[in-house]
Amino acid sequence: MSAISREEVAHLARLSRLAVTEEELETFAGQLDVILQAVARVGEVAAADIPPTSHSVPLTNVLRDDVVVPGLTRAEALSGAPDSEEDRFRVPRILDEDEPPSPRGEGPADSDGKA
Amino acid sequence: MADVTRMTATEIAALIASGEASAVEVTRAHLDRIAAVDDRVHAFLHVDSEGALESARTVDARRAAGEELGPLAGVPVAVKDVLATKGVPTTVGSKILENWRPPYDSTIVARLRAAGTVMLGKTNMDEFAMGSSTEYSAYGPTGNPWDLGRIPGGSGGGSAAALAAYEAPLAIGSDTGGSIRQPGAVTGTVGAKPTYGGTSRYGLVAFSSSLDTPGPCARNVLDAALLHAAIGGHDPRDSTSIPQPVPDVVAAARAGASGDLTGVRLGLVTEFSGEGAEPGVLAAFREAVDALTKLGAEVVEVSCPHFQYALPAYYLIAPSECSSNLARFDGVRFGLRVGDDGVHSLEEVMSLTRDAGFGPEVKRRIMLGTYALSSGYYDAYYGQAQKVRTLITQDFTNAFEQVDVLISPTTPFVAFPFGSRTSDPYQMYLADLFTIPSNLYGGPGISVPCGLSDGLPVGLQIMAPTMADDRMYRVGAALESVVGTLAPPAL
Repeated sequence: MSAISREEVAHLARLSRLAVTEEELETFAGQLDVILQAVARVGEVAAADIPPTSHSVPLTNVLRDDVVVPGLTRAEALSGAPDSEEDRFRVPRILDEDEPPSPRGEGPADSDGKA
Repeated sequence: MADVTRMTATEIAALIASGEASAVEVTRAHLDRIAAVDDRVHAFLHVDSEGALESARTVDARRAAGEELGPLAGVPVAVKDVLATKGVPTTVGSKILENWRPPYDSTIVARLRAAGTVMLGKTNMDEFAMGSSTEYSAYGPTGNPWDLGRIPGGSGGGSAAALAAYEAPLAIGSDTGGSIRQPGAVTGTVGAKPTYGGTSRYGLVAFSSSLDTPGPCARNVLDAALLHAAIGGHDPRDSTSIPQPVPDVVAAARAGASGDLTGVRLGLVTEFSGEGAEPGVLAAFREAVDALTKLGAEVVEVSCPHFQYALPAYYLIAPSECSSNLARFDGVRFGLRVGDDGVHSLEEVMSLTRDAGFGPEVKRRIMLGTYALSSGYYDAYYGQAQKVRTLITQDFTNAFEQVDVLISPTTPFVAFPFGSRTSDPYQMYLADLFTIPSNLYGGPGISVPCGLSDGLPVGLQIMAPTMADDRMYRVGAALESVVGTLAPPAL
């Protein structure tokens, strides 16, 4: 039985923001299926009582004193950007031209983080 | 003056310190060598001739002014294109960062500059360090100087090939699942993965943050140790950097060179005995083990029952972290942008950019990671892999109660011909079978040449407990004192 279907791969490509071609989809579906069947072996280890390890070094937040130090200039920060305008990153259009504005209360979260 | 490109870093440093050669002369010799052979080897993606000569002139001026300089002052070094270099192109072997010039230096590169080394340029690599052959570079593969029709290993094939082709005496690599050690093994050079957190990841383009470890590549063990000492140590800019000094790896390499391993216990992993490895590789390995025994080492067989799950666990953890890390390549702040014609939406531009900018292996891993992290599959794949990581760490801990270091072949097979494993990604993944466990655990590992199989180099891997990097240098240098260094046929 295959571990992953072509439709699932198409869905993964969308989630991953990858505009893959039909041909690529076919290739990836076959390859991901082989890989997933091989890596599924991790399930052979009964591990209900085993704590997971996400990192080999104990992680602690590194905080420095709140001292103002020079950072990158605007020009440096923008130097690698594909496009910029008025000292800012210029991004492609976000809304469709014929998209109606969101009614009040149904738009994206406001600045308080509350919808 | 003898051909400086054939000298070790230690010899070059001595030559410069004695005034017999200037850093500029040494740099010119290496730039000439690159010009003579790199169109065939393709170890470099970018050669920074002007920058290198400028650095060399600075070193010569500082020396002339009577300044005391470090042990590697004036020695050229090649840097894997995964590390940010201020003003010098940094592509990670990917089209998505073509022509990107970082506005800052990574910590490793800053330390190389502070040590007075001369950066020759940036070396070729599998895109985003994903691969075991350097065939997944968006800029074409690198040839193995032992046989230009074969792979130089991956992902740091460019760094290893630059050493074997005498284009540089020192190089920097990064090791996520074996990308320093495996290229070292198949090119007959030395590659060391330090303890995770022993070298800074600041400015290293992230692939799998809990595994990525920058480290030294050289043609002999002492040179690797000197480079390790120059780049290692705590970095407050990296929250995973270990706030302890690096053990004295240089002293350990010098001690090991005497060839005495009396009282050292070497562990042979039972589960690695013969698994999927070529007979020629196993034969060279066994001969090396005999040689180490003659130096006084005791060989003990130890069982690490969960190592067999390391490869599957790695190929869930690394892609999961990659799918998250590579989300930043969205065509907004740096790199490529495709489809910004006023017709496509931001989301479409993002998808088109990522499709055009990423190669097949990167796409495979992003999708694999997205799958492993998705709701419904998280526990069975990613969650389970993290538990396997715990078990592998326990295996290492138990093993190091019985032995000082673990040894194995570095790779299951010698350098293979181009194209022979690209059609089946899982076959390619097997190249890292022996190197991956130490990445999951976080301990150091080194590959040292141990002989030939069918005329191609074989590497022996030495793995040590975390922050005991010195142990692997001692054993590695002892092995080198018997086997010697390997020289590829003339290009």
